[in-house]
Amino acid sequence: MKPAPFRYERPDTVEEAVSLLTEHGDEAKVLAGGQSLVPALNMRIARPAVIVDVNRLPLGRVDGGRVGALVRQADPRLLDHPLLAEAIPFVGHFVTRNRGTVAGSLAHADASAELPLCLALLGGSIVTSRGREVAAEELFVTHWTTALEPTELVVETVWPEPEAGVGYAFCELAQRHGDFALCAAAAAVGNGETRVAVGAVVDRPTVLEVDPDAPGESAAAQVDPYGNLHASAEYLRSLVRVLVDRAVARARERAS
Amino acid sequence: MAVGERVASWVGQPLERLEDEALLRGEGRFMDDVEPVPHAGHAAIVRSPLAHARIVGLDASAALAYPGVLGVLTGADVAAMSRPFPAGVDSPIPYYSAAHETARYAGEPLAVVVARDRYVAEDAAELVEVEYEPLEPVLDPEQGLVVSDRSFAYGAVDEAFAAADVVVHGRYPFPRWTCCPVETYGVICDWDAAAGALTAWANFQGPYTLHSVAAAALGLRGSKLRLITPRDSGGSFGIKATVYAYVVLIGLASRKLGIPVRWTEDRMEHFAGSATATGRITGLEAAFAADGELLALRYDAIEDVGAYVRAPEPATLYRMHGSLSGAYRVRNVATRNRVVLTNRCPTGLNRGFGGPQVYLALERVMDTAAGQLGIDPAELRRRNLIRAGEFPYRTATGGLYDSGDYEACLDRALELGRYAERRAEDAGGRLLGIGLACVVEPSISNMGYITLANTAEERADSLPKSGNAEGATVSVSALGGITVRVGTTPQGQGHATVCAQIVADALGVSPTEVDVLTELDTSTSAWTVASGNYSSRFSGVGAGAVHLAAQKLEAKVQAIRDHLGEDSLPLRRVAGIAHWNPDALPPGMEAGLHETAFFAAPNLAPPDENDRVASSAAHGFIVDLAVVEVSRETGEVTVLDYVTVHDAGTVLNPALFEGQVRGGFAHGIAPALFERVVYDEDGNLLTGTFMDYLCPTGPDLPPLQTAHLETPSPFTPLGAKGVGEGNTMSVPVAIANAVADAIGREDVELPLTAPRVWELLA
Repeated sequence: MKPAPFRYERPDTVEEAVSLLTEHGDEAKVLAGGQSLVPALNMRIARPAVIVDVNRLPLGRVDGGRVGALVRQADPRLLDHPLLAEAIPFVGHFVTRNRGTVAGSLAHADASAELPLCLALLGGSIVTSRGREVAAEELFVTHWTTALEPTELVVETVWPEPEAGVGYAFCELAQRHGDFALCAAAAAVGNGETRVAVGAVVDRPTVLEVDPDAPGESAAAQVDPYGNLHASAEYLRSLVRVLVDRAVARARERAS
Repeated sequence: MAVGERVASWVGQPLERLEDEALLRGEGRFMDDVEPVPHAGHAAIVRSPLAHARIVGLDASAALAYPGVLGVLTGADVAAMSRPFPAGVDSPIPYYSAAHETARYAGEPLAVVVARDRYVAEDAAELVEVEYEPLEPVLDPEQGLVVSDRSFAYGAVDEAFAAADVVVHGRYPFPRWTCCPVETYGVICDWDAAAGALTAWANFQGPYTLHSVAAAALGLRGSKLRLITPRDSGGSFGIKATVYAYVVLIGLASRKLGIPVRWTEDRMEHFAGSATATGRITGLEAAFAADGELLALRYDAIEDVGAYVRAPEPATLYRMHGSLSGAYRVRNVATRNRVVLTNRCPTGLNRGFGGPQVYLALERVMDTAAGQLGIDPAELRRRNLIRAGEFPYRTATGGLYDSGDYEACLDRALELGRYAERRAEDAGGRLLGIGLACVVEPSISNMGYITLANTAEERADSLPKSGNAEGATVSVSALGGITVRVGTTPQGQGHATVCAQIVADALGVSPTEVDVLTELDTSTSAWTVASGNYSSRFSGVGAGAVHLAAQKLEAKVQAIRDHLGEDSLPLRRVAGIAHWNPDALPPGMEAGLHETAFFAAPNLAPPDENDRVASSAAHGFIVDLAVVEVSRETGEVTVLDYVTVHDAGTVLNPALFEGQVRGGFAHGIAPALFERVVYDEDGNLLTGTFMDYLCPTGPDLPPLQTAHLETPSPFTPLGAKGVGEGNTMSVPVAIANAVADAIGREDVELPLTAPRVWELLA
């Protein structure tokens, strides 16, 4: 479990980082918190020729819902949003949250990750080094794949403020504390709207149109999960029903 | 409590661990911290990705040409330079430290690349080209190659079944699971060509029979294999017994290359290639009279030991032989024991070692029988428990239970768990269940039990075995400094603290005045083949040997004082005389203050001609009571309450005792609710990282209530029995019983993860 040889670069500015990414293209990989990349390097699953360590970039600001790309998942300023306050304790363990970044989780785009699911539910976006803003629904393409170009860096993530009259809820079932979810569901209910998103049972965090009177049932009908080592497809589909119902019920209660 | 206090006896006090200051300062000395020889090369191991394959070719030339590589040892070298490891049963498939012509499990070593650092070694290991011809793997234990098949019957089993009013039976697969110590295997080897000797540093835990096994493979007489353990070991729970195979492999690399070589196992190697507990399928039939009397038991065990019979296997299957009747008075017991090979990682020690497997069957059967007999499960157990007046109690299979008051433990557990009240409660539609387990916890293994894998006639051809002895040395320097040296190879249990307590009592000093050396060095320590840290033997024979050595020393000190007529002469002065002025000693007394004692349990003998064996010297008792709720929606099992009541004889240090109970509980919760080693149909390991191998962590553990009684053992010097493994034996079945009770089904299979329980509810 030692990484294959790589060149290590540690730029001080976004411009330098982008120039390194431009120079090395597919051969380069961005290192932020390293909580996914470093294990992948050690297991030699990832073998980039160049590591671009962005930890010195000045991207640690939080301004309302605008969160700099190097803000760690443990940052207490994130807890102002009720959905994030509920979801973040499910993100790995506190020691991994101390290093792991919000933007890194979004860019890594694990389909079972909590933060991408929250961004999708809230209709948030990211801002990149090219100055463009990419909405969550375009950002997440499929497993570990985003709409970002190899030479493009996330500089900021944008989280819509909580709406008055809307309740938020996040539920997930994992087999151990801090594990990847078998299924996760988030809901925002209020002002005549019921918004639901699910993760882990889909190839990317997915917002579903649900029947407000039977949210779980209607959500379960729209997903087609694959069984895995731990759980059958039937079980995962059943979890969608249970967790979506729980999330909607909890969000509805909080809205009133 | 702290060491500054004054007490009548240090033994029995919850003394703070003397080991912890170094650990808290970050000054632990684990395998990776020690550098006993300079300029060691770093090894990386090339492993088979296939479960079963002929190795058509292995070309290391590209690896050898890679800058920084110092050399390569191949399976062909291993075959030429070493002999197969001996084991307790003959196997048609010899076991070497690396495969040569055929790989038999995914993860099996094929070659060792040694380089200037581990990074380069791993780079070069990728360049070793191996050509495979895939072979069909065998993964179903019931289709495995049978290497041992023995049937035993004690009493009148068939007659008892014929006379029974109720017969219950079941099939109880226990999942393979593993220990997950924080620190993985580590080995440093230094071959001395001039002496023809190998010095090895390894985080080995014993049993030291395996030192003999390693020496035999290397073709060395025992004294030419010097094995040294570091002071600290980051947990083992059994698994580091089998690091010995890597002592041989890395030793051969050092010998071939002519340089010291070090290897630290990484976590992926640990999952794929260290060891797991055996996979066991236990069939069990039990015969009962209508009043609930247990008349007979008939086991049929298939033990999957993986790709090779690796010593000390098939010990897992025989460790419980004297305790197959558990806590019950049944006199008619039969078992068929089959040992089979499959294309999985070879097995080894894991806390509980055979106990979890036996008790899963026995205590599930008791619950099933209770249902069929219409008797409350606690009452059925009570009617069959060995009575307090019956100790020492000889079991049908030859076990000798030293002491206990089983009914008192049961009463305490039922009271703490509010059993009667809970049984009477209306669940109100919730899926609530109560599970019990009554478990006899054997400690201090009789190494002779392994020889039961051979017939009495076969045993007659070899040396009878009853090994269990431990040694310890207590010495006093010229300045009065007290040193204890033990061969118990602790892995975090706090042996040094207990040794200091014992010696402090014997010599009338404070534990802080006692320095304890726990590094075992086979060239200088007092040890036997049975030494080491396994079968919960420390508190019985390890602490017992320290106690005897300290008493010998104190007797000598007193004799010197008597001779000088100075009854209050300080120890420092006595030591000064013993070292500086032997002329003043009593006539005929040896100079110095340096006493070694060995202790062997007085109640262990080799198996008799009728295959009866006292497989352990001491027997604690545990009653567990689990209360669970199962979610209809998700299948999640929530443990609402868990009570464990122990009787492990005299408690040497209550704080450490509690730690063992809680650790054993966590270890038992693991296969009950989380862990299993899974291979796919091609023999690929699917649970190769902590992402898929669900080792529980702190937040995943339910709350635990503990209580204990003390019935001293008459067979150990301090009356203490082992306590390290009991909950690992009791928790899996207590949880299984509780879930079965909650969902009204008998076919509960471990681990009871939410998705698996949901399938049972569907």
